[in-house]
Amino acid sequence: MSALAAADNDADDLKALYQEMILEHGKHPRNARLVEHATCTAKGNNPLCGDKLTVTARVLPDGTLEDLAAEGKGCAISIASASMMTEALKGQSVDTARRLFNAVHDLCMGKSDVAAAKALVPDALADQVDRLAALSGVRQFPVRVKCATLPWHTLLSCLDGRGEATTEKTH
Amino acid sequence: MTAAAKIAPRAASFDVQAIRRDFPILARTVHGKPLVFLDSAASAQKPRAVIDAMSRAFETEYANVHRGAYFLSERATTNYEAAREKVRAFINAKSASEIVFTKGATEAINLVAASYGRLALKPGDEIVLTALEHHSNIVPWQLIRDQTGAVIKVVPINADGSVSIDAFAKAIGPKTKIVAVAHVSNVLGTVLPVEHIVELAHKVGAKVLIDGCQGIVHETVDVKALGCDFYAFSGHKLYGPNGIGVLWARSELLDAMPPYQGGGEMIATVSFERSTWAEAPAKFEAGTPPIVPAIGLGAAIDYLNGIDRMAAASHERDLLGYAMAELPKVPGVKLIGTAQNKASVQSFVMDGAHPHDLATVLDRSGVCVRAGHHCAQPLMEVLGVTATARASFGIYNTRAEVDALVAALHKARELLL
Repeated sequence: MSALAAADNDADDLKALYQEMILEHGKHPRNARLVEHATCTAKGNNPLCGDKLTVTARVLPDGTLEDLAAEGKGCAISIASASMMTEALKGQSVDTARRLFNAVHDLCMGKSDVAAAKALVPDALADQVDRLAALSGVRQFPVRVKCATLPWHTLLSCLDGRGEATTEKTH
Repeated sequence: MTAAAKIAPRAASFDVQAIRRDFPILARTVHGKPLVFLDSAASAQKPRAVIDAMSRAFETEYANVHRGAYFLSERATTNYEAAREKVRAFINAKSASEIVFTKGATEAINLVAASYGRLALKPGDEIVLTALEHHSNIVPWQLIRDQTGAVIKVVPINADGSVSIDAFAKAIGPKTKIVAVAHVSNVLGTVLPVEHIVELAHKVGAKVLIDGCQGIVHETVDVKALGCDFYAFSGHKLYGPNGIGVLWARSELLDAMPPYQGGGEMIATVSFERSTWAEAPAKFEAGTPPIVPAIGLGAAIDYLNGIDRMAAASHERDLLGYAMAELPKVPGVKLIGTAQNKASVQSFVMDGAHPHDLATVLDRSGVCVRAGHHCAQPLMEVLGVTATARASFGIYNTRAEVDALVAALHKARELLL
């Protein structure tokens, strides 16, 4: 590959990573707060970079995520991912949240394309998968994949009542 | 070291292009752009002399040391011990037996904390650290604190990243047994007033460990002149390989200290009833040591002895002064760590852009900077940030590379803000 072509690819990769929607959510995250009367909570931590967030949710007896929020400090990717996650899942069921976790995880890890990711979730969330596909720009930046997935792992810990999630194994 | 604020005149005698040619990796490109390596404080690049010395050791003179009665083992032992002597001369230690090879500075500090700490600390005794220490000069002390009932006291830092000698005077008292401080902060570049700290500590009979990982890289170190009791550093930040570190300690301390790890090499006699120890440094080098990395470190020291280190230091100061002047011209960029007495390490943040996002964008311009907490989370708390971006300058960096960093930061602003 010529140096010039490489340079073009790099500019494209960066633009794919830092899309308008990611930057906008990164600057103005939705639901960046703690849920009142939360029924579950979990802290997410990336000890390698110091990023931290707290996911809180209020789950109704029928399994509906009546409220969901994520608050913390991190890079544009992790904050945007957390913001888009809460927006997509507020009012959805816990089961849907788990499905969407798998869809987003596969997208970020480069394991599936948008169509395959959509097949994992109820039809009503297809639009959300389209939006969340913006996060898949991390594929070209392996060290940044954890930034995108940390909020989602923390959500799972929250729903499973595990209390914490980390990108690294700890004792 | 001269204050960074007084920008030194550019060192005319220092041919940085010739230095660059000694470092093969600097010729490569990254993402189609020339490599601009500004992360030497994490690990420096290696000159050809180090790479060749290590290849030669593996290709022609490799065997285990201190064991074999055969020619190759004798050669490897001679080379390994020659490296020890090179380190001794480099830091002006009294004797090569005061030089303990470890796998890194982290192990050197853990060795002192575990061995000397157990010997010296009783419940209520105090270990004095500063707020700017690297995790490797915090956690080993916490481990021994928890085992001995000692207490850790932390000397605060000033807003510019300096540490006042008055603050040390307040913290060091009759209960102080150990003072462990960085020579140079890996995040802020602050050069600590180590001679004064040693003076204060010795007045109360406390011992001083200096974490010299960053210090020895930027200035000549004379452990006799510093007056400290322990000096630890790693090979890989000093243009040598990783997997090798150095603990220098006064011989009377090494003699009194119990072994840190047991194994081969460190014994005099072994029976199932009891074993006796070899003398230092062997007492602290259980197992097969990092033979070729030690030889590589010796080659790095030879390399540094072969250049004008005063001119190199002046060159690094010039780069730091230039970066400190140019970086704040990028809108939103704020310098973190502006002490008068600094080595060529500069942290910074950009309003509205997280350091990780900055580092990712910079990387695509070929510019390598470190972003994160730099293994100094307590310091990040004090600074009120979760992370910084950090540019650190070695002997091979240039003003043009500072310009490349600044240009890449402008690009990052466009993309991220």
